[in-house]
Parts: sequence; structure tokens; C-alpha cells
Amino acid sequence: MPVAVEFEHVDFAYLHGQPVLQDVELRIGSGEFVAIAGPNGGGKTTLLRLALGLERPTDGSVRLFGEPAHRFSNRAVLGYLAQRTHLGVQAPATVREIVAAGRAARRPFGRLRAEDRSAIDEAIERVGLAELARRPLTRLSGGQQQRAFIAKALAAEPQLLALDEPTTGVDVAAQEALAELLERLHGELGVTILYVSHEFGAIERVVQRLVLVRERIVFDGAPDALPALWHDPSHAHA
Amino acid sequence: MLDLEFMRLAFAAGAVVGLVAPVVGFFLVQRQMSLIGDGIGHVAFAGVAAGYLLGVSPVWTALAAAILGAVVIEWLRAYRRTAGDQALALVFYTGIAGGVVLISAAGALNANLFTYLFGSILTVTRRDLLTIVLLGSAALALVAVSLRALLAVSIDEEGARVAGLPVPVLNGVVSLLAALTVGISMRIVGILLIAALMVLPVIAAQRVAWSLRSAMALSVAIGLASVLAGLTVSYYGNLPPGGSIVLTATGFFLVASVLELARGRV
Repeated sequence: MPVAVEFEHVDFAYLHGQPVLQDVELRIGSGEFVAIAGPNGGGKTTLLRLALGLERPTDGSVRLFGEPAHRFSNRAVLGYLAQRTHLGVQAPATVREIVAAGRAARRPFGRLRAEDRSAIDEAIERVGLAELARRPLTRLSGGQQQRAFIAKALAAEPQLLALDEPTTGVDVAAQEALAELLERLHGELGVTILYVSHEFGAIERVVQRLVLVRERIVFDGAPDALPALWHDPSHAHA
Repeated sequence: MLDLEFMRLAFAAGAVVGLVAPVVGFFLVQRQMSLIGDGIGHVAFAGVAAGYLLGVSPVWTALAAAILGAVVIEWLRAYRRTAGDQALALVFYTGIAGGVVLISAAGALNANLFTYLFGSILTVTRRDLLTIVLLGSAALALVAVSLRALLAVSIDEEGARVAGLPVPVLNGVVSLLAALTVGISMRIVGILLIAALMVLPVIAAQRVAWSLRSAMALSVAIGLASVLAGLTVSYYGNLPPGGSIVLTATGFFLVASVLELARGRV
């Protein structure tokens, strides 16, 4: 299986700070669906940021589809759903406008072409928001807003979909629906999915692999191999 | 009123400013940098003062200073990790202090200075109009070409960075557009009030808009209406145009707020 993300002996610390990650070894194959979890401050979001090339390791190397992650050239293949607190636009953007912004990865300048419009419509359709495409995001539920942003990430037709704490602020039903949606997208598109969360919740049932991070990787394996004690990642011990 | 050439020039220049300022302001508001126009305006004041001191047209020195101020603010924000409001404060106060010192050194603390600070409908020349039309058209063309990329950064800056969009360049473009807007608007609205024309139409429009597209269209409509109505009031009331224009925009904001409240109760 070709490797999508590869960490080799990665250490990371913010400037003058405590180490956040130490000696991380991780290989994620193309098309894998992986949940990365751990307690707050355990380094899971940092691990995702390193994988996407948003941070550079203090030591070791991070490769994305075979290239150094921070110099990765074909970034249009990366779909990213940031933590909800980082998303926001003051104007009443509609679902379609939000999703169209995701297509900027493929066509940042000039007019949209037929294939762009088709990719945008398809992304909206895939997340089940076709009937709400013209509705402002502010008039949708938390779960629907989350789907709109997933469609935004899909609009660029990514090979890797990275989601950072996507269940923050949404109810249990929306979390279940998100898990089902991601399972279906993974099956239909064969896209590599990295799902970062402080808890596994519903996602544990649909992923192929769980990675528990607490400064180091303390568990990496199939969901059914996870020790019962660790189903709540905040209790993960090295 | 339109029999008079100076009014025709003021209206033509005002129409360009009323169109460009809200378009540029739209992106500043989305990035929660509404006050950047104020910071750049205060640096432009130092540019006006430098123009007086050097005996050069203050319009061009103000434009140069505005661009420099925009670059410094963006650099402090993006590369020195200074919080946006602190970067603005630094440039804002340095600009106004530098302006006061330079204007005093040039011995130009006089009524003419007020035309730059608060705008004047008497001072727009044909050459000014040509400059305003050319720079305004360039600003609008730049927005049209990079609209989707600018929106993508406004909606989700981190996501845009991951997707490989040139985020620092696009942020620089927005700051440059803000500087250009300050430069072309100071004859009409004045350096101290131009930021209001970039922001008030946008926040008024957002209260009643139903999409990004409608928010931008309504912003432009409110900006244009504010400038044209404000200039008319300024002419008949013998008032500074900058104040009249901005108070008209404030009126639109109040009306939009009432409409929003009424809609919420339906």
C-alpha cells in the first residue's frame, strides 16, 4: 500500500516550550481511515499539523505522499476541516458559497468552469445538503454546518481528508451521523481520512485503525485490539 | 448643483470611491480587521505632512505612506506574530505622531490641511479624477480576479493555507487594496473618515443580506448611496463631505438594524 503520511523519529516542541511530541513513528497508508485521539495537550492536533506541513518537526522527518510535508507541492489534494472555533465568516455565506470556496484549491483565480461547478454540486450532494445549498450557514444546525464544511473540503476532490475535532459542539445524534457520513465517503471515494478527536465516540465503530497519542504514540492498532481501559483516551497512559 | 464642474468632478470621484471602498472593506470585515483603514489613514496623514514638507503633491506621498503602513501592519501581523490590534495600534499612533511633527515642521497647520483630514468637494481636479478612476479600476480588477481565493482565506485561513493558496500574498493584496482605497478616497471623505466608508456599508449590508454575493452587492449599493447623498447634503448644507457621507452610512446601518430586528420577529 502506498504511504500517505510517514513520521520518522519525530520530536516537536514549540519555541522555548515543553516537548509536545517525542520519537513519533507512524505510517499511514493511502486510503486508510485513521482516528487519532488523546487527552487535551497530548499532541494530537500538533501531530495533524505536522502531517499537513503546517509545522516543522524539531527533529526527525514528516513525509506526505513521499515529499517533505512542509514542502509538499500538490496541496490541492489535501482537504482540511479545522477546529470549528477557527472557522468563521461574518457575512451570511450560503452552503454553496462555502463549498465553492473549497474549490479555490483547484482554481483560485478567474471564473469557475463547468467541471468546477460540477465538483461543487457533487460535494454538496454527497453530504446530503443539496436542498439546503442556497441557505445561509447561520440558519443551519451545528451538524449541518459541519457537513457543509466537509463538502467544502471535498470540493477540491482531495486524496487526504484531515478533520480536527469535528465533533466539538455538536450533539450525539450529529456525531453518529458524521461517523456514518465519513464511513460512506471513505467507501465511495477511497480517500485517506485522518480524524483527530479527544474522544473516540461513534467514530470508533467505523475507522480501520486507532492511534492514541500522549506525547508519544501509546497505542496503534485496530479498534477491537484497544484495551478496554483506553476507550476513553483521556485515560491513556504511557 | 450639477451645473458646477467641481460638483460633477466630486460626484464622479465619489461614485468610484463609493464603489471601491465597500468592496475592499468587505474583506477587512470578514478578517475582523475593520480598523485597518483607520491605521492606514493615520499613516497617510503622515504622508500628507511629508508632501507639504517636501513640496511634493500630498496625494502621492499619502498614497506611498498608506502602502508602507499597510505592508508594515501585515508584516507585524503575519511574521512577527503581533496580535492584529497591537500591530494596528503601533502603526496608528506612529502615523498620527509622525504626521503632527512633520506638519508642524512644514508650517502647514492651516485650513488646507482640513481638506485632507475631512474631505472637500471643492478640491477634486480633473487630474485627481483620472487618478481615482485608474487606481479604483485597478483595485476592482484585482478583486475580480482573486475573488474566490480572497473569500477562501476569509472563510478559513488555515484551510486555505493547507490547500496551498498563497495566503500571505492574498493578505498582502487586501492590505494593499486598503491602502489604495485610502489614497483615492481622501479627497472626498478625508483621511480620518475613510475607514468608516469601508466598514459601515458592509456591516449594514450583512444585517439584511442572505448570501455573500448579496452582502457584497448591498454593501456597494449602500456605499454608493451614502457618498452621493452625503455629497448632496454637503453641498446644500455647506458641510464637510466626509462627515455627511459617514453619517448617511450610519443612517443606513440603523435602518438595516431595524429591518433585521423586524425580520427576526416575523
